[in-house]
Amino acid sequence: MDITQYFTDYTLRTITLGTAVLGAICGMLGSFAVLRKQSLLGDAISHAALPGIAVAFLITGAKDSNVLLLGALVSGLIGVFWIRGITTKTHLKTDTALGLILSLFFGFGMLLLTYIQKQPNANQAGLDKYLFGQAATLVESDVLLMVTVTGISLLVMLLFWKEFKLLLFDKNYAMTLGFNTKFIDGLISFFIVLAIVIGLQTVGVVLMSAMLLAPAAAARQWTNRLSTMVILAAIFGAFSGVFGTAISASQNNLSTGPVIVLVAAVFVIVSFLFSPERGIIFKQIRLIKNRRDLQLKKTLYFMYDIVRDHDDISRPHAIRILNSFQGFTKKTLSKLEEKNWITIQGQNWSMTADGFETAANLYNNNIPES
Amino acid sequence: MESKIAVAVDDLTVAYNYKPVLWDIDLSIPEGVLMAIVGPNGAGKSTLIKSILGIIDPIAGSVAIYGKPYVKQRDKVAYVPQKGSVDWDFPTTALDVVMMGTYGSLGWIKRPGAKEKKRSLEALEKVGMLAFKNRQISQLSGGQQQRIFLARALVQNAAIYFMDEPFQGVDATTEIAIINILKELRKAGKTVIVVHHDLQTVPEYFDWVTFLNVKHIATGPVKDIFNDDNLTKTYGINYKVAVQQ
Ligand SMILES: Nc1ncnc2c1ncn2[C@@H]1O[C@H](COP(=O)(O)OP(=O)(O)O)[C@@H](O)[C@H]1O
Ligand SMILES: [Mg+2]
Repeated sequence: MDITQYFTDYTLRTITLGTAVLGAICGMLGSFAVLRKQSLLGDAISHAALPGIAVAFLITGAKDSNVLLLGALVSGLIGVFWIRGITTKTHLKTDTALGLILSLFFGFGMLLLTYIQKQPNANQAGLDKYLFGQAATLVESDVLLMVTVTGISLLVMLLFWKEFKLLLFDKNYAMTLGFNTKFIDGLISFFIVLAIVIGLQTVGVVLMSAMLLAPAAAARQWTNRLSTMVILAAIFGAFSGVFGTAISASQNNLSTGPVIVLVAAVFVIVSFLFSPERGIIFKQIRLIKNRRDLQLKKTLYFMYDIVRDHDDISRPHAIRILNSFQGFTKKTLSKLEEKNWITIQGQNWSMTADGFETAANLYNNNIPES
Repeated sequence: MESKIAVAVDDLTVAYNYKPVLWDIDLSIPEGVLMAIVGPNGAGKSTLIKSILGIIDPIAGSVAIYGKPYVKQRDKVAYVPQKGSVDWDFPTTALDVVMMGTYGSLGWIKRPGAKEKKRSLEALEKVGMLAFKNRQISQLSGGQQQRIFLARALVQNAAIYFMDEPFQGVDATTEIAIINILKELRKAGKTVIVVHHDLQTVPEYFDWVTFLNVKHIATGPVKDIFNDDNLTKTYGINYKVAVQQ
């Protein structure tokens, strides 16, 4: 398939729009899941949604995706309630509760799914698309639902932005200020469940949590602002959707969901390696640079010790007297001169006012460096 | 000396998972004192503050702030949680954290504006952190993070301040800076209640003290009750001997 065909193909356009919107909402809400340190929650919810789909099908016998997703929403929410209940009412830790609910609901869902598949009913085909997702089955009405849900969650997020931020950073403090933290918490959870449910058809139960976490985890690497993180995560998510769809459309028989998740994973890998502040590579470079810097400053401080005994700080001293100091090399001296901390005249060096001040403040941590 | 009671705790009992952590606490704190709460690790000091502030539901008992339940008196109370209770890697700046102190008076949905920003900057200045206002909070030292928490409480402009170990992990300069601010608050007529670990500095910093170890042991002026007897009752060892070692 060539490029022009790609943009004129109506079905493909629908699918691309759908996956882009899905990626955006997942990135947005995934940021909250990541910051709540509830990365596993998404996994538990998506697995908990499976029996809801099966039960909705058994009751209505319909394949209408909206009805099935309503079932998924209900059982996803029940899952969240149970996880909450287990952690508040028993000694069990959150991850235990999550694991418990995940396997319990998923097991039950699989049981129902195999039962449905054994029925001599022509309608049953297609339910297993909720396991691994099948973006090709997206139609206009599905995309419309995604856009609506995204719009609503965007609105709620903007409205309760301050409350969300407060709760995520310091829940107890939020309580003392009089905010109903159960309500805020519930609101965040509800929208995370909603995002997961509308993504099930495209990405599937198994990979859904990656869709939620990957863009957010990648975005966290690039910024120290919550708002920027949420926006970046939405962008990463949307791009994953678009690229993933394009790649799977150009390669026959590659299913879209997994490709989208793989693209999102590439965002994660690149971010963890190359982001300027938190990325592994730049961190390593900074570490090496800091070590060199420290060496330089040690030399400067040694010189400062000599200089400060004299009234005139710029009085020349013989380079020779530095020889007893181990960290000193010709290179360090020229580096110090480069930074305008000292000047060199033949066999002598003298300190500049700048160098003197830098050395004096070397161990004063109460002045920000930048 | 006739003075109002700022905080009254009556028969308070708290348990986590059926294990009693605070047992039948009766406590009244007069207005305008700078009071230390001392006791060994796990004595329930943080839990006491959290129950007074309604973060934890007690099994029994009640709390009154100036004679009324806490929910009616929120605007009179500010809180500095233990520093370790939050994730300092959260993507936000020092100024942003301090601004959270204005959220309570703003209420739901309304965003902080120029007035709130101005108050927050003033609080940052007061704790000597103005130059760091745009720093990401993970890039602050322990002492600086503690100052940020203090500034956030100052912005609340309350009558009663509860602080959970505000001196934890701070250097000597910060400790002096913080205690000076606390003394200033007391001078302005505020009541300041501080969970404190360093017994040596209690007489120097505080005028009142509460001894706590699951049960309430004593509360009163430092000069009257800060003695070996109460220390021994609280820490369960002969305090004099322990200090001499
Ligand atoms: N969330 C909790 N769940 C269970 N036990 C807790 C919890 N918080 C505190 N505890 C227990 O309650 C006791 C008192 O804790 P705390 O109030 O933090 O003591 P302190 O602040 O005096 O060191 C300790 O034994 C502690 O282990
Ligand atoms: Mg404590």
